[in-house]
Amino acid sequence: MTELLLSLVSVSFFVQVLRITMPYALAAMGGVVSERAGVVNIALEGILLMGAFGAAVGAYDSGGSVVVAVGYGLATGVGTAGLYALAVVTFQADQIVSGVAINMLAYGITPYLLKVFYNSSSNSPPIQGFGGDLFRNPMFWGVLGLVVVVQVVVTRTRWGLRVRAIGDHPEAAHTLGVSVNAIRWQAVLASGVLAGLGGVWLALSGSSFVAGMSAGRGYIALAAVIMGSWRPVWACAASLLFGFAEAVENNLQTYDLGIPNELIQAFPYVLTMVALAGFIGRSRAPGHLGRPFSAR
Amino acid sequence: MRREAVTIGIALLVAALAGSLLIAYVGKSPLEVYGLLLRSTWGTSYGFGQVLFKSTPLILTGLSVAVAFKVGLFNIGAEGQLAAGSFVTALCGAALPAALPGPLTVALCVLAGMLAGAALAGLAGVLKTRYGAHEVINTIMLNFIASSVILWAGNAHFFVRYTTHTTAIPDSATLSHLGFTGSAANTSLLLALGLAGAVAYFFNRTRRGFEWRAVGHNPRAAQNAGVRIGGVVIGAMAMSGALSGAVGANYVLGYKGYYESGIGSGVGVMGIAVALLGRNHPAGIVAAALLLGTLSHGGLAVAEQVPKEIVQILQAIIILAVACASAYRARRARLAGAPA
Amino acid sequence: MGDPLALELRNISKTYGAVVANRDVNLKVERQSIHALVGENGAGKSTLMKIAYGHVRPDAGEIWIKGERVARHAVAQSIARGVGMVHQHFMLIGALTVVENVVLGQEPRRRGLLDLERAAAEIRALSQKFGLDVDPDARVEELSVGQQQRVEIVKVLWRGCDVVILDEPTAVLTPSEVRDLFAVLRGLVTDGMTIVLITHKLDEVLAIANRVTVMRRGERVAEYDAHGLTADQIVHAMVGRPVEQHLDRQPAKPGEPMLEVHGLHVTGARGTQALRGVDLVVRAGEILGIAGVEGNGQTELVEAIVGLRGVDRGTVAIRGTAVTGASVARRYAAGLAHVPEDRHDRALVLEYSIQDNLILGQQRDFVGAFDVLDRGRVRSHADRLIAEFDIRPPVPTQVVQGMSGGNQQKLVVARELSRRGLAVLICAQPTRGVDIGAIEAIHRRMIEARDRGLAVLLLSAELSELRALSDRLAVLYKGEIVATLDREQLAADDALDTIGAMMTGCWPPPDTGTGSRAEVAAS
Repeated sequence: MTELLLSLVSVSFFVQVLRITMPYALAAMGGVVSERAGVVNIALEGILLMGAFGAAVGAYDSGGSVVVAVGYGLATGVGTAGLYALAVVTFQADQIVSGVAINMLAYGITPYLLKVFYNSSSNSPPIQGFGGDLFRNPMFWGVLGLVVVVQVVVTRTRWGLRVRAIGDHPEAAHTLGVSVNAIRWQAVLASGVLAGLGGVWLALSGSSFVAGMSAGRGYIALAAVIMGSWRPVWACAASLLFGFAEAVENNLQTYDLGIPNELIQAFPYVLTMVALAGFIGRSRAPGHLGRPFSAR
Repeated sequence: MRREAVTIGIALLVAALAGSLLIAYVGKSPLEVYGLLLRSTWGTSYGFGQVLFKSTPLILTGLSVAVAFKVGLFNIGAEGQLAAGSFVTALCGAALPAALPGPLTVALCVLAGMLAGAALAGLAGVLKTRYGAHEVINTIMLNFIASSVILWAGNAHFFVRYTTHTTAIPDSATLSHLGFTGSAANTSLLLALGLAGAVAYFFNRTRRGFEWRAVGHNPRAAQNAGVRIGGVVIGAMAMSGALSGAVGANYVLGYKGYYESGIGSGVGVMGIAVALLGRNHPAGIVAAALLLGTLSHGGLAVAEQVPKEIVQILQAIIILAVACASAYRARRARLAGAPA
Repeated sequence: MGDPLALELRNISKTYGAVVANRDVNLKVERQSIHALVGENGAGKSTLMKIAYGHVRPDAGEIWIKGERVARHAVAQSIARGVGMVHQHFMLIGALTVVENVVLGQEPRRRGLLDLERAAAEIRALSQKFGLDVDPDARVEELSVGQQQRVEIVKVLWRGCDVVILDEPTAVLTPSEVRDLFAVLRGLVTDGMTIVLITHKLDEVLAIANRVTVMRRGERVAEYDAHGLTADQIVHAMVGRPVEQHLDRQPAKPGEPMLEVHGLHVTGARGTQALRGVDLVVRAGEILGIAGVEGNGQTELVEAIVGLRGVDRGTVAIRGTAVTGASVARRYAAGLAHVPEDRHDRALVLEYSIQDNLILGQQRDFVGAFDVLDRGRVRSHADRLIAEFDIRPPVPTQVVQGMSGGNQQKLVVARELSRRGLAVLICAQPTRGVDIGAIEAIHRRMIEARDRGLAVLLLSAELSELRALSDRLAVLYKGEIVATLDREQLAADDALDTIGAMMTGCWPPPDTGTGSRAEVAAS
């Protein structure tokens, strides 16, 4: 027990937490952007998974190039987000149902393509991912910079103001000539970029793509969005909590504490439920979240 | 009614086309694959029986999701609820004395399974009522949690050593088969159909069903009409979970005779497609369940040609297509109607 | 010298499904004038102006702004050409500040980022010039309704609009706020602007307009020069027949107290104190009116009495039985009926049929064995009420969504009045959005109910309605009842001014030297 607690306050644990938090934080920022614009992005889970898949394919095909992996990963992530936007913004299909469908699609198409490309329906071949040191990884610093960028864009740019407006009262924005659905498309695509990058990180910080490897992180990221009151930096902070939970779960399994492994695996999900129950009332959602808008 | 059918028809066409693309991508002929799929399902007695076997749980999960939809809720937790229900049904069956009359055992086991499902979904309902926590995330989280807990309980206590299944239920608890050349179709189909009828009756004819539908359309008006919204949310989620929990009747009582890890996997998510396609209407749900059951069994049959995930992909596309088509149609109708 | 017409609409037509909102309407608005567009609810005035503004697309017709034809009109075009609109339901984004709301769509930028300081300064300047008193950094959702309206006006002015359309601007204002608004509007016109005022309030039209266009059932039926125009002339054009302005009524014979509210303290939606110690008694056989502008506690008062909102302190009793803390269903059982202020929001399930809506709230009275609804009884109940209240279309299975506002409201009134064991009827804004024919019918029903011995609580933003119907009138300001008037005081000539002053917390008037309780409470 003391061994475990000591390991929890070590520097290496802290680094582990940071590394594990990345996909949650990126997906959460994607969630913030799209939800501020009024689109409930249940599809984050699918986008994460597709981004990871793209990155793995890119890494394998290029023999380990991170740049190519990022490129492929972004393409698949944004493509998935685009399909979601087509359904919920252009056709105005129900956002939650469509999001669940996109996730189903991702969960189905990734093993399908795995079998077609690599003849296995559960793993891709091993890929050259990130090296060891987190702080020497340019992508890590890139993502930190991205957090700042997203915060500034949402709060201090023209586009960000319009996003915030249309999520709260789209008709008011429409009366001022703001194109609600165009901005919603852009916001969903932006969430595709962010969550796609989350998937890229997920794949590259492992050694291969594993079917279903997003494992619910996209949904957990949504909880982080709520806990962070739909603000980018706060959502990232909330993500740290979930990164911490996953890191603890990983470490607990190596120390025999008498708690069965299967139950330890449930820990992040239980934490999410508890967090949701505690935080919902206190944060204020965008006024028109989840409702489609059509000009008459 | 007819317009609805057209909408569904177009959506299915789109899905079939998308599926064709995927099949062609693997280098096979879509027509051949679809043909094989149809022949191996409705073309043989065994195939048809298997379709019935696969459709039965889909009717139940479809009803489950539809009941929640009708009240304005999203139950994405059918997977966890049916797993919990099947597990509890198997445990119950193995625990009850073999001397008990068959019908009583069956009834108790199914009820136990339904209670388990109801408890899971009901928990999400309580969290929503008490804390305002969105049931989508919570039911999904409960899926993960349920599978972890079942795995632990099985490994720790209930699974037969070195396996991932529970001990067998007595013969008295086994449901009779419907034949069809040795297929797994069993009398739980009648249970599913009966429940479909009961749900339809509940919503259309009873006072409570009237109130529940009102909550689904306009919760504030229902509240003003004296309806206790919290109670309806919890009740509807519980009913929804109970319907998924009854799936154990098909797999455990009617087929395997025990609970095995991974049983019924994917059926819960497919229930969403069934509910959507069936427009939340019990009759439509039965039809949609048959369609998706066909796909499900057919998928296995064509697994040599095309990876079996084609089925899941097709379902996802069907959901998207139906959701888009019906939203489009609803918007057209609304724009032609009066303003506020 | 430019074309004298600020705005011209030619042959505008617009149909929504079965409803013809505008039929071949022509309109000419001259520069530097105030043009009033008048008609009862549902006449098509709002639709016409939304088309002029580009918010709605017409099926046919031409739109000319300042002498130029606008093809494929959209809001951006209006703004570009200097046309602005202040909507009836404010188009403000609550979560954002005043300056953010004002600049949205034309945000000033400096080096890629928003430059809100410059805009804030401009807003302050405009505010000064036209007497609008607006704080650029306040969050819109924290402002009062009157302040929000001023923000809407600043929004329009900041964009350099010189043609301003106002849709029912005074619906949410007290009489003195209306006077202030009109002063602002006159100031704008002197400065060279053109105003189009959509309203159904005749006294306002006569007070301020230069020209008046009257619409009825989607068509333009008359146009007048305001000089020398009388209210009767306008009404006649609006309705096509003389209308009885005064209701026949016997004096009230109040009996036992049926609704008693004591010391009610209620917290509102945003955690603010909505009601601060309200006491009321309504007796059988009388109508108690409550005057008060939206935002002063009317909504919360109704919600607390009906049971839709909890109370912090105080009691509510119906027919002597305490119901504080009781469920909504129990209060109905105790003898309460409720006509909500927003029928689409609270009173009706639009997807249900007429007969289903007629039992909504009373469904337990229509069940047989095993809690199954008795369809036969539901149907005959509907047939009876449809005939008695003249609900159209008289088809019990008609889906309510397709009905007109007036018929929907008649349905709600019919339903509430048919409750068994009814003692107290609460009507909140019962004739909002309802055509004159239905208004008359509903008013008659309320008087009948009162004559039958019911206790009626009427909350309304229409002072004329309150004056015509109330036996007693209480004024609600900032969560307190600040004054009560009896029938004689209501009938006095200056009653409207008095009530208006009370509604803004200026009662008793300052020259009595004591100041008012309400004024003190406000500071």
